[in-house]
Amino acid sequence: MLDASGLECVRGEARLFADVSLRVDAGEMLFVQGCNGSGKTSLLRMLCGFSPPAAGAIRWRGKAIGSLGEDYRRELFYLGHLNAIKEELTPLENLRASARLADETLASDAALDALERLGLGGRADLACRYLSQGQKRRVALARLVHERRALWVLDEPYVGLDAPAMALIAGLIGAHLQRGGLAVLTTHQAVKVAAGRVRELLLEAAPGRRAG
Amino acid sequence: MLKLVAAVINRDLRLAMRRPADIFSTLFFFIIVVSLFPLGVGAEAELLRKIAPGVLWVAALLATLLSLPRLFADDHRDGTLEQLMLAPQPLGLVVLGKIIAHWIVCGLPLALLAPLLGLQFDLAGDALAVLALSLLIGTPALSGIGAIGAALTLGVRGGGVLLSLLVLPLYIPVLIFGAGAVDATLTGLGAQAHLSLLAALTLAGVFFTPWPSAAAIRVALE
Repeated sequence: MLDASGLECVRGEARLFADVSLRVDAGEMLFVQGCNGSGKTSLLRMLCGFSPPAAGAIRWRGKAIGSLGEDYRRELFYLGHLNAIKEELTPLENLRASARLADETLASDAALDALERLGLGGRADLACRYLSQGQKRRVALARLVHERRALWVLDEPYVGLDAPAMALIAGLIGAHLQRGGLAVLTTHQAVKVAAGRVRELLLEAAPGRRAG
Repeated sequence: MLKLVAAVINRDLRLAMRRPADIFSTLFFFIIVVSLFPLGVGAEAELLRKIAPGVLWVAALLATLLSLPRLFADDHRDGTLEQLMLAPQPLGLVVLGKIIAHWIVCGLPLALLAPLLGLQFDLAGDALAVLALSLLIGTPALSGIGAIGAALTLGVRGGGVLLSLLVLPLYIPVLIFGAGAVDATLTGLGAQAHLSLLAALTLAGVFFTPWPSAAAIRVALE
């Protein structure tokens, strides 16, 4: 469903990677590996369409993502390093606001249930600026509970989480794969996702690190 | 489509209510700058009446400018802007929602406050009404044009100064017709023509500025 070929990423003067090809099908997870600075985040942002690749093409269901535009974004869920939650709003308001902005409806009960599952049941009405780092990450990840878009792109989802929370998120990703969803993620933590086929992609320094 | 615009406005207004200091700092800036002029110039009613339209409009311009850097910067910092970019609708609509929300918390209070401050300049009733009306019609254009500047300076260090340099020249037409409307009322010419032109500027500003702003945001997030 998602495939890319010949991807090249140039950041400033440095060429981070070149000739990267990947393919993810329904029910599969792509695990992007590589050391710090190898371009994992850049690759994920390319897959989301934030930045065009220096070379190569990315296709979703056989069509270039650039030409799909809104149709692709409707099926894409992205969570980056930043939590994308508003400190002034409560976890409940954050969840419902981000659902509304993504043109989805999330009932109050469903949102509360999601927060409950992430262990934030008693914090639903507390402004997010009073939460700890890990709790803020949990608020961001609570969106996964009721998220039914086909492609999940998660950049280091486990950062700042404790072991039970990591297992919970891995469980959510596993359930998503079982429903026939796709996931692309990077992480430095060794967390097993129970279900689905896992493909791996190792990003290595491209030959000739200096471009041009 | 309108649902997305409404969702953005709703969210931004809620955020503004949770952070009232931001709104009040803009308003107090406006009040103080305007009030300094009668104190500095002296109580000469004739002169005060003459400078009133310009002073009030320039102060409104500067107050708007003060609130602009936050238009996209907060969303940029916490990652919400990325999520807005991924909304399954054109980014321009998101920007349109933000412009409208910005006007409600910035331009609208300025317009409502202006007649009160105009009393210090010995303006007559009809001039005060036209002043409020001209600000009401003209400030959406300020928010719209400002959005382009805010988007272009997103993530730039010292962006605030650059923003002023970019945006203030573009505010000149709005300033001329806005202050001109009040001036025309004072000299008994009638403000109709000025207000019509101001409305045209606002319509053009609000409908066309979201798209270049959206393009600038895309570049900033690349």
